[in-house]
Amino acid sequence: MEELLQHLINGLSLGSIYSLIALGYTMVYGILQMINFAHSEVYMMGAFFAYYSAKLLKLENSPSFTTLLIILFITMAMCSLLALSIEKFAYRPLRKQPKLNVLITAIGVSLFLQYVAQIIFGADPKVFPTLINDQLLFEVAGVPVKSFDVTILGVSVTAMFALHFLVYHTKLGQAMRAVSHSPAVASILGINVSRTIAFTFVAGSSLAGIGSILVGIKYQKIEPMMGTMIGLKAFVAAVLGGIGSIAGAVVGGLVLGVSEVLVVVYGSSQYRDALAFGILIFILLFKPAGIFGKNTIEKV
Amino acid sequence: MRILKFLNLLILSITFVVSCTKKEDVILVGEYGSLTGDDATFGISTNKGIKMAFDEINAKGGIKGKKIKLITEDNQGKNEETAKVVNRLITQDKVVALLGEVASARSLIAGPIAQKNGIPMVSPSSTNPDVTEKGDFIFRVCFIDPFQGFVMAKFASQNLNVKKAAILRKTGDAYSEGLANVFSTEFKKMGGEIVADLSYQNKDIDFKGQLTEFKAKKPEVIFIPSYYGDVGMIAQQARQLDVKSTLLGGDGWDSPKLHEIGKEAINGSYFSNHYTTESTDPVVVEFIKKFKERYNNETPDGLAALGYDAAKILAEAMERTKDVSSIQIRDELAKTKDFVGVTGKITINEKRNAVKSAVVVQVENEKRKYVTSVAP
Repeated sequence: MEELLQHLINGLSLGSIYSLIALGYTMVYGILQMINFAHSEVYMMGAFFAYYSAKLLKLENSPSFTTLLIILFITMAMCSLLALSIEKFAYRPLRKQPKLNVLITAIGVSLFLQYVAQIIFGADPKVFPTLINDQLLFEVAGVPVKSFDVTILGVSVTAMFALHFLVYHTKLGQAMRAVSHSPAVASILGINVSRTIAFTFVAGSSLAGIGSILVGIKYQKIEPMMGTMIGLKAFVAAVLGGIGSIAGAVVGGLVLGVSEVLVVVYGSSQYRDALAFGILIFILLFKPAGIFGKNTIEKV
Repeated sequence: MRILKFLNLLILSITFVVSCTKKEDVILVGEYGSLTGDDATFGISTNKGIKMAFDEINAKGGIKGKKIKLITEDNQGKNEETAKVVNRLITQDKVVALLGEVASARSLIAGPIAQKNGIPMVSPSSTNPDVTEKGDFIFRVCFIDPFQGFVMAKFASQNLNVKKAAILRKTGDAYSEGLANVFSTEFKKMGGEIVADLSYQNKDIDFKGQLTEFKAKKPEVIFIPSYYGDVGMIAQQARQLDVKSTLLGGDGWDSPKLHEIGKEAINGSYFSNHYTTESTDPVVVEFIKKFKERYNNETPDGLAALGYDAAKILAEAMERTKDVSSIQIRDELAKTKDFVGVTGKITINEKRNAVKSAVVVQVENEKRKYVTSVAP
């Protein structure tokens, strides 16, 4: 029982990172109907932005809540800038083109960023700076709850609520939902479609930036290829929850995280990725719209 | 037009002559390794050892009056890249012998290529038994996995006096699986019990599931036959979960980065290695002194020492040949006996493996404290 509780904590903590990245996929899909494969590389670059900004500001050895906030803010800003330029130079010129062209461009951008990062940062793994200390906070039924896990859950839940507020309770969110529903009608109604799309990219990539810092804090090791697998998993999570749906991405990520941890423990690590992609095939076969099905889909 | 043709011919013949003369006065030796990538310190350390060995030999006049020229190729720690660079070294650069690799999985890819082309290959530190079984042109100067697994099993049951062990292996990795299997059988033979045997995959960063399972089974030691990057993260996560078992490992742990990633969490763990920097053997003392002078006061790890030994053994074999041809180098390598190396006295046996003893060291920040030696 004690282990099961610990497994659940581990799974939720992993799953909340999947959710953060899945949100980026889902939002862009919701508004542009395209899968932004470069998203996992925005996440990877986020880890390096955080790494170098901590170094430049000489904050790598002063773990505190303020340090975390400063680095979070810088990384979100840098990731947004990166995503904005990708959108402007790679996707916007193709907006009137067939969807397939944009998809292939996205894969191209993803590979480009991976290899550029290898040239600039080097292919060897870097050790992420300590931004907060890992302390024992309290125990639940003999299971220690540490500040890392609480920070990860806390930061991701806050980020997700902020996103929810943005989409459903602001003018900008209203514009996003309108564009996602019908770009043509939205522009007739005086909504600046290009700017709304740009904001969607900003929101999605900020979440990826947060995700990358949380991964850095938790696992210490960052490298230019770190985005590939986690990006694919997050994509599966987004499809599982119903691509285009915000709640779906969150639930999908958590389900995937918990089930992966359980498979590794009670089955074998060999089946873990098979499970993740098995879920993808299963969903595509039987419920292509995902858990949060078509009728209740809430596009961003 | 005609002049252009003539010029072309002239340039061609000049390059031909130049490349011919160049080949006359140097002996080309190829090295492939992971100078970048996940286990970059392996390739970099080995390269430093090899370069130092060849420079010493060249300073003394080289081999039969010819200087050794080392051509190093980076495979980025990737399997697919390895085949590419090894082919390039053999067919394009035309090296007479190859040095590499550290990771067994990549030596297993390069081995058959070297064998097919009749180029002798000396692996400094690939410990998987299959590596030298790829053919009679493949040699190594380190001990093999069964021995390393045996050393750690013996150390656990006799020196640490423990009865319950767990294993965390990396699936699909020749080195990790090899060590884990031998450790498991040997430890049971010595009266111990394996309470859990779990695995993880390449590129994994989350090990908490496996570690939580270990925590419940309460093993006294956890054997993690893997490479330093993963081990550092595993140690950190183990301590985050309050897993109190002692961690054990193999020579894949040997890197300055082990402590950088693992921090305090890795201290107090033990691993088997090829040599110890605390040795008082004059050969070792001299090697460490020269290495520190050359490389900015850096302490050589086991892989640098093995790279050095591999290069020296290859050079000695070359010296004994008549014409430094690949086939003769092979024959002479096979005859290596009682070579006094930094990593011990090396004799190549009929299976082209080195027979020598291993040491067990304990991690203490950047230091490796010598604990015991285990003879074959």
